[in-house]
Order: sequence, then C-alpha cells, then structure tokens
Amino acid sequence: MAQKNLEGYVGFASLPNQVYRKSVKRGFEFTLMVVGESGLGKSTLINSLFLTDLYSGEYPGPSNRIKKTVQVEQSKVLMKEGGVQLLLSIVDTPGFGDAVDNSNCWQPVIDHIDSKFEDYLNAESRVNRRQMPDSRVHCCLYFIAPSGHGLKPLDIEFMKRLHEKVNIIPLIAKADTLTPEECQQFKKQIMREILEHKIKIYEFPETDDEEENKIVKTIKDRLPLAVVGSNTIIEANGKKVRGRQYPWGVAEVENGDHCDFTLLRNMLIRTHMQDLKDVTNNVHYENYRSRKLAAVTCNGIDNNKAKGQLTKSPLAQMEEERREHVTKMKKMEMEMEQVFEMKVKEKVQKLKDSEGELQRRHEQMKKNLEAQHKELEERRRQFEEERSTWETQQRILEQQKMTLEKNKKKGKIF
Amino acid sequence: MRSLSLSGHVGFDSLPDQLVSKSVSQGFSFNILCVGETGIGKSTLMNTLFNTTFENEEASHFHNGVHLRPRTYSLQESNVDLQLTIVDTVGFGDQVNKEESYKPIVDYIDAQFENFLEEELKIKRSLYNYHDSRIHICLYFIAPSGHSLKSLDLVTMKKLDSKVNIIPIIAKADTVSKSELQKFKIKIMSELVSNGVQIYQFPTDDEAVAEINSSMNAHLPFAVIGSSEEVKIGNKMVRARQYPWGVVQVENESHCDFVKLREMLIRVNMLDLREQTHARHYELYRRCKLEEMGFKDTDADSEPFSLQETYVAKRREFIGELQMKEEQMRQMFVNKVKETEAELKEKERELHERFEMLKRTHQEEKRSLEEMRRDFEEEMNTFNRRKVAAETLQSLQGSTGLKKDKEKKT
Repeated sequence: MAQKNLEGYVGFASLPNQVYRKSVKRGFEFTLMVVGESGLGKSTLINSLFLTDLYSGEYPGPSNRIKKTVQVEQSKVLMKEGGVQLLLSIVDTPGFGDAVDNSNCWQPVIDHIDSKFEDYLNAESRVNRRQMPDSRVHCCLYFIAPSGHGLKPLDIEFMKRLHEKVNIIPLIAKADTLTPEECQQFKKQIMREILEHKIKIYEFPETDDEEENKIVKTIKDRLPLAVVGSNTIIEANGKKVRGRQYPWGVAEVENGDHCDFTLLRNMLIRTHMQDLKDVTNNVHYENYRSRKLAAVTCNGIDNNKAKGQLTKSPLAQMEEERREHVTKMKKMEMEMEQVFEMKVKEKVQKLKDSEGELQRRHEQMKKNLEAQHKELEERRRQFEEERSTWETQQRILEQQKMTLEKNKKKGKIF
Repeated sequence: MRSLSLSGHVGFDSLPDQLVSKSVSQGFSFNILCVGETGIGKSTLMNTLFNTTFENEEASHFHNGVHLRPRTYSLQESNVDLQLTIVDTVGFGDQVNKEESYKPIVDYIDAQFENFLEEELKIKRSLYNYHDSRIHICLYFIAPSGHSLKSLDLVTMKKLDSKVNIIPIIAKADTVSKSELQKFKIKIMSELVSNGVQIYQFPTDDEAVAEINSSMNAHLPFAVIGSSEEVKIGNKMVRARQYPWGVVQVENESHCDFVKLREMLIRVNMLDLREQTHARHYELYRRCKLEEMGFKDTDADSEPFSLQETYVAKRREFIGELQMKEEQMRQMFVNKVKETEAELKEKERELHERFEMLKRTHQEEKRSLEEMRRDFEEEMNTFNRRKVAAETLQSLQGSTGLKKDKEKKT
C-alpha cells in the first residue's frame, strides 16, 4: 500500500468530528452489573458514582429486596450531561451470597448474561435486521467484603465462572473499615489469590498516550480498588465534601488518600466506559457466539476436523462438505462402475467359453457321424461289389448249367 | 423508564471523546468507485480532491470489456490516518456494444459485500479489524454534452442505485457555459427522477449539518473540474486550467462546484456515506442473499426462528440431501446390475436353445443313419442267405452230379 503525502487541504481530518457528532445524536447505552452480599454498600456506591438517586426509598437497592432465591433484576434510567445522553441499565442480584447454602448462586447471573448474549446473537442473525439495542452486560462490579484476610471461597467461585463472560472489576467495599496498611495487605493478598486461580479480571488497555499510560499504571498498582460511597454532603476543613461522618473524623469519598473512589469513577465512566463496551463486544460476545455456533454446526464431527472449520462460516462449511461429498460420490461411482464392468466381463467370458465348448462338442459329434456315414458307404460299396461279382458268377454258373442241361438233353452225355 | 437529574459532574459526557480517540487510533478507511468513460477526468479529479498525485497510466480506448482496478493508498491529515481505496472503471464506454458494461461494476460491488458477509457469518470472526472493502461512494461522471444523460448513464445508474451511494457529477464542466449548465443540471435531475434512479441524498436529520446538506442537495449534480497544474493567482499557486481566454480556478466556487463536492463528500458526510453503505446497501444485499439460501425469520407457524434452529434445520436438510443422493446412486447401480443380469440370462438361454436344436438335429441324423445301417444289414443278410442257399444247392448238385458221373464211370 502506497503512502501518499498531501500537498494541501483535503478535509478528512474532520472525520473525528463527524464521529463525535453522530455519536452524540445516537446517544449512548451502558449496562452495569452489581454483585455482592447484602449490606456491602452497593446501592450507595452506585448513587455516588452517578451522583443521583438511582436507588432510593421508592426504588430500593438489592439488599432491601431479598427474595427466597437469588434474583437478577434490571432497571433502566436515562441521564443527560453536557448534551450527551446515556441510557444506563443497572443489573443487580438481590439474595446473592446471603443464604446459608450458596452453591450455585452464581447460576442466575450466568444465565442472565448468556440470555443477553443470546438475544443479541438472534437479533444479529435475523434476515431482516433492525437497529439492535445492546443490552449485553458491559461491566460487573464485584463487591468483596472488607474482612482484611483474603477472598472468600464464594468470591473465587463466582469470579472463576464469570471472568470469561463479562468484564469483572473487583472492589473492596466499605473500605473505611480498613487502615491503609491493612488495606495494602488485603489488596496484595487478593491479587495473589486472583493470580493463583488464574482469574482474568478486566485489564486496562495500553494506549499510545504517555500520560494516560501513567494513570493506567497507577490504577493497576492499586487493584482491587477500595471504595467508600456516600451521597451526604458534609462540611470538612471548611469545604463541602461528600463523606461519612465519624466521631473521629470524616472519611471523604473523593479524597484519594482515603479511598480509591475517584480512581474508580474516572476509570469506569470518564476514560474506559467505551473500552468496556468494546471488550464485551469483541471478546466476551464473540466467545459466546463462536462456542454457540460451533456446537450447532460441528455436531458429530471429531475434534481435529472441527478446529479447522472454525474459521469458516457454517454455510461455507456446508459448501465444502458438499464438495467433499461430490468427490466421494464420484469415487464411489467409479468403484462401483469398475466392479460392475469386471463382473459383466466375467459373465460374458463364461458365456463365450460355454458357447465354445458346446460348439466343439457339436463339431465333434458331426464329424463322428460323418465318419460313420462314410464307413457305411464304404461297406455298402464293397458289399455291392461283392454281390454283383457273385451275381455275375451265379449267372455264369447258371448259364453253364443250362448249357450242360441242354447238352445232356441233346445227346446223351454218358 | 426514569429520567434522572445529576447533582454534580459525573463525567460520562466524555463518552463521545472516548469513542473518537478509539476510532482515531484504529484509523479510517474509505472506498471510492469512479465510473465514467475513458478520458473524462476521473484520475485528475481524484488527484485534485486529495491534493496529491495517485499513480496512473493513461488508459487506452481499446479494452474489450470493462474491468475494475482498485488501488489503496495510505493518507494522513493532522492526526487522522485514512486508508483510501480508489476503484477505477477501465474501459467503460469504449465498446461498441455497451449492454454488458454495468455487469463488472455490479459484480465488483457484490463481491465486496459477499466478502463482508462471509466474514460476518464465520464461526470465529474478527470484524473489528476486518479491512472493509465495500464501496462507500460511487462518483458517476457525466460527459459534459450539455444536453442530457446518455442511455448508458441511465442504465448503469439504475443498476447501481440499490447497491451503492451515487453522487452524479458533471465532468470537465469548464466546457459548459453557465447558462447551459443550469439547463443541463435540471435536465439531468429530471431524467434521473423520471427513471426512478435513487441518488445519494445528503442527510438532513442532524441539525448540525441539516442546513448545509439540504442546500447542497439542490446543487446536484455537481459540475466539477480537476487539474493537475497550478497557476499563480495573486501571490498563491492554485490548481487551475489556463486557457487563452482566462484561468479556470478549481477552488473558485463561481467557476465550478468542486469545493461543494469536497465539502459534501469528505468534510461533512464521509462518515454518513460509510454508515449508509453498511446499514442500507449491505443489509439489502445480505437480506437477499440469506433469503436466496432459504433462511427465514419465522417458521411456518410465524414463530421467530433462532439462528441455531435455522442452522440446525439447514444442516439436517443438507445431510438429508446428501444421503438421498447416495441412495439414488446406489439404486441406479442396483437397477443396472439387474438389467444386465437379465440380458445375460437371456443370452444364455438363447445359447442353450440353439444347442438343444442342434442336438435334436444330430439325434435325427443319428437315427436315420441307424436305419440306413439296419437296412444295409438286412440286405447283407438277405444276400448272404441267398449265397448260402445257392452254394448249398450247388454243392448238393455238384456232389450229385459227381456222384452220377462217378456212377456212370464205374
């Protein structure tokens, strides 16, 4: 591909503006999932993140809606800021981890995520496609209880099962119950365990921008983020801040020394929201889709063959199978033809031999008969010759006799 | 659904910027198809539009068909990377019989759609880094006759209008005078309308650009001039064509519509052209292709089909088809064998019949021979009896005679 230099104004540098303009007109969507045991401050955090009463008296948070079994519930809200419209869907899981026996409490979550993938897959695969609403889960905030020790078995189970279906961002909830040192230790332990169990949490992508990369590195060093949430405004140090008032002081939500809330907000909303959607679309959804389609089309084919077929569309694969079948049929036809010809040849030969044999026998008999004929002829000839000779003889004798008799009569021969 | 108000700056107003930085880092691609007769100025216009010199040999008029020549270039303006593909129609309008001229063009466009569809249908696919080769815009070059469209133009555009965005332009517009130009434009547009040709309409649904787009729609088709030469006007070098009677400046809006074309095509609507290609033209192609292959959205009971069900059903049908073919072939062979066996048996029977007949004949002859032999034997016997009788008589007579003689003698 040739590189060409421009000798003057062309105008495609406006493409980013065109992108900006069109995206604002279209509006944005985002689906955020919140998972954790009750009482970990999930609702407060969401309200703090979005600076609004998503959860309120009228719309209670998951901890206030516990049912007998784990539910997955979704609520949609519309928000506008700076001319940009965001349709935010919050998916929460009341009852998660709250039972005595929590086996499989992650299953409804998995089912929900898969069903959204399934909806998207079906919409994408229709013949008549319309504008496809994207209700796939783009991010899952997983709340870890601030025990200070390490991950609970439930935490590990959940993350292991969900890490290949959704972007997981683990958070240490109610971080104001940990001292900085405890928090450091806790974080290190958690990351060790995450590594040990090969859990893939959301990874911040490297960018070309030096500044951004520095920020990314900061975040990476402080994972998992320890958060505190609050929507109450308190006066502290002469400033009005959001925080939690204790007898011994105020834990400020937006103070980087107190907790990682700001980092979380900046990352989740201000810098990486689009990337979370892209990773969901390009990685998690594609994994789901290829697994689903491979199951449908590679039914009954052994694994070795199946691997090579994943790079084709199922239809192209059927085409190839059809071609293979045509070749197979041709071969079969040829073989059958050969066998047939051979058998026919055999039979024809046999017939010929049979004919030859019979012909020979017939000739033989004919010859035989002819020989007998000839023999008989010969005998007859001989006999006739003999007879005529004898008859001639007899006649002579007769004549002699007659002459004698005559002579006798004539003059008595004494 | 609730609409919530925010009590502070959340920060999602950066979402468009996030999107922009993503798309800038990925780079953009744009594919232009230039349709027009040889020598009408396609290459010159491309050079002018993109302010560079794309390599091009002068085309001959003696191609025996139309063929498409895509060339891809990498351009950069500010921090924006653009992968530009220009597809030229070589030999268009040169043949005596131009009935099939549009076919290679339609085939090329369809082939790009087909490639994309194939990628989209793969099990393991990578759409986000797929190099999109679908044609985003077709610039149709109308010869500046000053009268009306040629029938080739109408036929071609009619075949293309449901497959690609078309912007008709009047080429070499400096050969048409101002008054003729107005009439020419009106004639062209009315011919397009009366023949039902759908050309690309600059979108008016976005308020930011609705005004400029709708006013530009009224100036179609754009009368353009291209030039690879520069002339000094004032103290600047500008692209222009120097005539004895004056200098035609490409970027002078009173001389031609070049600037309008550049504005519309590149600066304002480039993205929309891409989106229309994907959302309208490609979707139409895809829908037709899938329907052709037997895919439906609802089954016989109007229940929506899931993709899986469709694939599973198709696969079952397909396997069934293959099995049936095998069965048919086998059956054919079984029949062939039966037939041949019957034939051979028939031959065998005939053979045996023949020999049975011969055998019978032979038996007959044997019998007659036997008869002959018997007769002969009888004859012989008769003769022998005679002989014996005669000899006996003779011997008797002889001995009697002798006796008599003997008696007489004594």
